[in-house]
Amino acid sequence: MNIKNSVIKFNNVTKRFPVGGDYFIALKNIDLLLNKGEFTGLVGPSGSGKTTLLNIIGGLDSASDGNVSVLGQSLENTSHNERAKVRRKNMGFIFQSYNLLPVYSVFENVELPLILNKIDSTQRLKKVNQAIEWVGLSDKRDSRPSMLSGGECQRTAIARAIVHQPALVMADEPTANLDAENSHHIMKILTNLNRELSTSFVFATHDEKIMGYLKRIIHLEDGQIKKDQLIKNPKFS
Amino acid sequence: MITFLTKGLIRDRTRSFFPVIVISLTVAIVVFGSGFMRGVMNSMLLDTAVILSGHEKVVTRAYSEESQLMPNDLALLGSNELIKRLEIEYPEFFWTPRILFAGLLDVPDQNGETKAQSPVIATGIDFFSNGSRQVEIWELDRNIVEGVLPKLENEAMISSKLANQLGVSVGEKVTFIGSTMDNAFSTYNFDIVGTFNLRKGQTDKQMMLVDISGARNALDMDNAASTILGFYHDLYYDDKKAVDFRSKFNTLNSDSSDIFSPFMLALRDDNQMSTIVDFSNAMLIIMGGIFLLIVMVVLWNMGLMNGLRRYGEVGLRLAIGEPKGHVYRSLVFEAFLIGFIGTIIGTVIGLGLTYYVQENGIDYTKGMEALTNSSIIMPNIFYAQVTTDLFYIGFFPGVFATVLGTMLAGIAIYKREMAQLFKDLES
Repeated sequence: MNIKNSVIKFNNVTKRFPVGGDYFIALKNIDLLLNKGEFTGLVGPSGSGKTTLLNIIGGLDSASDGNVSVLGQSLENTSHNERAKVRRKNMGFIFQSYNLLPVYSVFENVELPLILNKIDSTQRLKKVNQAIEWVGLSDKRDSRPSMLSGGECQRTAIARAIVHQPALVMADEPTANLDAENSHHIMKILTNLNRELSTSFVFATHDEKIMGYLKRIIHLEDGQIKKDQLIKNPKFS
Repeated sequence: MITFLTKGLIRDRTRSFFPVIVISLTVAIVVFGSGFMRGVMNSMLLDTAVILSGHEKVVTRAYSEESQLMPNDLALLGSNELIKRLEIEYPEFFWTPRILFAGLLDVPDQNGETKAQSPVIATGIDFFSNGSRQVEIWELDRNIVEGVLPKLENEAMISSKLANQLGVSVGEKVTFIGSTMDNAFSTYNFDIVGTFNLRKGQTDKQMMLVDISGARNALDMDNAASTILGFYHDLYYDDKKAVDFRSKFNTLNSDSSDIFSPFMLALRDDNQMSTIVDFSNAMLIIMGGIFLLIVMVVLWNMGLMNGLRRYGEVGLRLAIGEPKGHVYRSLVFEAFLIGFIGTIIGTVIGLGLTYYVQENGIDYTKGMEALTNSSIIMPNIFYAQVTTDLFYIGFFPGVFATVLGTMLAGIAIYKREMAQLFKDLES
């Protein structure tokens, strides 16, 4: 693995949760390096540690032991605000249930990360239009989420995740609420963005449909990496 | 970000329009409820003040001890000079002389023989002086049943109840039979020019009103008065001030060794009125407090629910990197804005309603007429009262409670396990 190009670096990371008087170990001695432009899936059964790993990568949770670096910045002993800043500047999130704000249009939903990053309005207009175009929703830019299909909602969420061109996008079960056709459509969009923007993607998923797009699959079981598989020729790439 | 949030606020009616409506209505109810309760309590005190005690009353020491006998031989002499002094030293009040007297009212027939007789309780009030507010505080314009107000010193008005009892009508003459202030026998003829109904139960059953000049002539009380009454200019009784003024006046002017020295009594000093005043104050505090507490809980709960309802939105904003403090402040500011707008609207509505009822009252005459045998003095028309505190009282539930509820909901944001965000946002 190329350390210079690393987006995420886990060094002997353990995560424990207190349960009653004891601890539940969600992640055990994880060493992991994710490079720029990777299209990686975290797969494994429920309770295997996928979401915990995603949380720690996103700075939503911290490791009990070990060191985590995101884009060369150690997340050890960082405040909430510092981690929020890392997320705001360098990360995008895609959720299973889209989480669009219902009173805002597609344009405004996509605009939110740029507002938080204090991008001026001219630049915002340009970037949002571009992001909406990437996901093929230019004709829906003024529609509210209630007027969109599930697939269109998820495309809006993707546009919101990539509008500020983050180094890393994390997606938790992004196709779980979609039918097969929409799932493939979404994954094609994400694959294209990965290729064109060199953005790294990390998926937590059970969905077999996604597997065919992944370039790297990390199998988790009982909080440990059981298998780290590089796919040279993904089925749907 | 402010523009972005404002857009959302305006578009999401459950965050803006409906809370503003709820807050406006609640605040309007609080403002009107407070104004109405104060008005009713003050109306009850004002009735007693107008008819008997004033907000302050100056009498001689001896008169105060035997006031129920209406002892005009113990009346204040030199009352005009004393009133001038009181007007200078206590400008918080307007001062007016009164003569209370009782006797027999004789109605003659065409031949001058007695047609009917009745005991009468008469009051000499200052109808004629420039700037006199007696017609206003007795509400005689509204309470006149027939005829006109007295314009001459030998003209009188009697209550419609007494007129019916005596079978006398406007334009007839009656003779007052009583005694002068020196306890000499006195008769004095009055022309009945009007009848009135005070609409205060049985209070005016045997009442006659004359100008104080007529009373002075009838009782030989030149420049004398049974009492000098003082009323706050806004007619709103302030017990604490009244007691302070009374104590100050008595310390400076009253000589305990001189039974004819002037002696001031506050409304609460008259005939167990202290109980009524204390009861009135306690009721205002208790009822007002409970009422305020209930609406505060309602609005606090609304603020809380509005905050929690946006759990998903807040979660998303945190996930994509908005600092917790920023999210929290924006929620609180939004609650403040909505609370402030709602409170302003509610206060305007509440004040408008209170002012309307202050001017027009709610007439409960039919209900009070059922109390024909009761001796309780109750107003027939309930008036609200616009007071200074009504301008800001609505801010407690409207802004304070709403913001407090939101702040409490916001604590959930601070306490929120960030690690749960993904799970939260999937639900």
